[in-house]
Amino acid sequence: MARNALRSLARNPRFVFGATVLLTLVLVAAFAPWLAPHDPMAQSLLDQLLPPRWVKGGDPAFLLGTDTLGRDLLSRMIYGTRPALLVMVLGATLSGLAGVVLGMLAGFFGGWLDTLVSRTVDTFMAFPPMLLAIVLAAAMGPGLTTVVVSVVLIGWTRFCRVVRGEVLALREQEFVTSARTLGVSRARILFHELLPNLLPLVIVLLGLEMGRAIVVEAIMSFIGFSSSGLATWGSIIADSRSYINQAWWAMTYPIVAIIVAVLGLNALGDGLRQATDPVLQR
Amino acid sequence: MSAAALLRRLLLAIPTLFGVAVVVFVLLRVVPGDPIAMMVPGEATPEDVARLRASYGLDKSIVVQFGLYLGQLARGDFGVSISLKQEVLGLVLGRLPATLELAGVAITLALVCGFALALAAIFWRGSWIESAVDALNSVALAIPEFLWAMLLILAFAVLLPLFPISGRIDPMRATEFTTQFYLLESLARGEFALARELLGHLALPAASLALPLTAVIARVLKASLQEVMVQDYILLARVKGFSDLRILTREALPNALLPTITLTGVHFIFLVGGTVLVELIFAYPGIGNMLYGAASNRDLPLIQGVTLVFALLFILLNIAIELTYSLANPRLRR
Repeated sequence: MARNALRSLARNPRFVFGATVLLTLVLVAAFAPWLAPHDPMAQSLLDQLLPPRWVKGGDPAFLLGTDTLGRDLLSRMIYGTRPALLVMVLGATLSGLAGVVLGMLAGFFGGWLDTLVSRTVDTFMAFPPMLLAIVLAAAMGPGLTTVVVSVVLIGWTRFCRVVRGEVLALREQEFVTSARTLGVSRARILFHELLPNLLPLVIVLLGLEMGRAIVVEAIMSFIGFSSSGLATWGSIIADSRSYINQAWWAMTYPIVAIIVAVLGLNALGDGLRQATDPVLQR
Repeated sequence: MSAAALLRRLLLAIPTLFGVAVVVFVLLRVVPGDPIAMMVPGEATPEDVARLRASYGLDKSIVVQFGLYLGQLARGDFGVSISLKQEVLGLVLGRLPATLELAGVAITLALVCGFALALAAIFWRGSWIESAVDALNSVALAIPEFLWAMLLILAFAVLLPLFPISGRIDPMRATEFTTQFYLLESLARGEFALARELLGHLALPAASLALPLTAVIARVLKASLQEVMVQDYILLARVKGFSDLRILTREALPNALLPTITLTGVHFIFLVGGTVLVELIFAYPGIGNMLYGAASNRDLPLIQGVTLVFALLFILLNIAIELTYSLANPRLRR
């Protein structure tokens, strides 16, 4: 059974692509100090705005070139995987946890709890996501914590709505009603009967959310609400926008990295579901 | 939708607005940070600070502050901006037209391009054009608007300098507008050179908002057209000898519209929310940019004002969209 699942995973191109992207991200982030040729924050006024190495005037010591402060762009890209990964994992997991728990409770118990949760979801959906993030940044000040909290505040409603709807449909099904007649406790029904049936859905949502979290991190550091002392992909985009007419290529690295990461994470969630959902296997 | 149902929807908006006010109020007051300390000069005495704090009501407890704030809101008073020293409502309403014009141009662009793509893909089905449209859709959908904005800046402002990348109008131009709807006003006055310049400034921000929505519209419309095109009445139209173009636009299209309208409505709300970010990227002076300025200055009344206006806009749009459904779908018309 487990071996079958693994085999169908390995044969699923979307999963393989997504897993490769995620694994690369994790490895690069873990080994950043060994991979990066330079200190990402080290400035060198002699090496300002160097083009990539393969362009005329490029310096072999700076493979992807440098920014206006003479900082090595390759090293900044490599170190940028760390905040991206942190926000992605923490942001997606916490919003998933909050959304799934609240959605399950609201869908299963109904009544005033459902009304309360649904009204709160409505309220949060009445904010444009960026507006919520900016208000939060105004309140908490810039920093990685602010970024993670805004990912969670924006993201939990997506999990909550979908999970609540799914639980509403599932709880009327025979396996749940028969568990009830057998006198199985409500906690057991929630976690042993309902949760496994929700997992494929939650996995897809997690993949989407991780991709979104990376974009939110980039946006927040682009507008200066993430940590200013770190090399992040968003800060490279923000910096390069000011010297875009002298060195347009600097902006392409983080954009390409983010697009590949988002596509990879979405594919990972999709692939995992395709390979684990028995209905889709036929 | 009947008048009673409409009234009920409007009344249901009140708890949501109340919730929005609570969330923003709590977020802004509970966490540390002092807006007054930021606005007084260094030589201010503690008495000056206390007096200023009292004049904004910041010396009272949070519950009392919230009660006072709700009372003001109920009278239509949004307070006075701390950093700009003007009425919040006037400030926000002065900037709102810029945001509405941006959203309006973006949705028009998305509708025109989305319909053109879907119709082209169906008209030339099975050819390379259909595959090209499908590929374009997947790419447009996969990339979020933030990255589209950056890619558009790279492509059309740096590598191929066609459009300006910031602002709403050339700052050197000395044109007086009587309304804040610059584009509509210049069109109404027949000043097409001016309108073209405004559209040039709108091009990149509107395109980054419109691209993902274009893909959604093209995909859904194409799918519904595909379903309609295999039905018997289309075959009958063919037998009657109608031209392909006429069959597609006059016979098939009207029956394929409903799912597209529904989805466009939902996504239009996302688009309006997306203006906040796009305005920041392109330094476009709408309420999104105003919010950013307010947040940087910790201007609490202005932040609350922009947030409430946005929430109200969302709710009104939702109701307007529901009205459109009931007009477009005969089955909902009772």
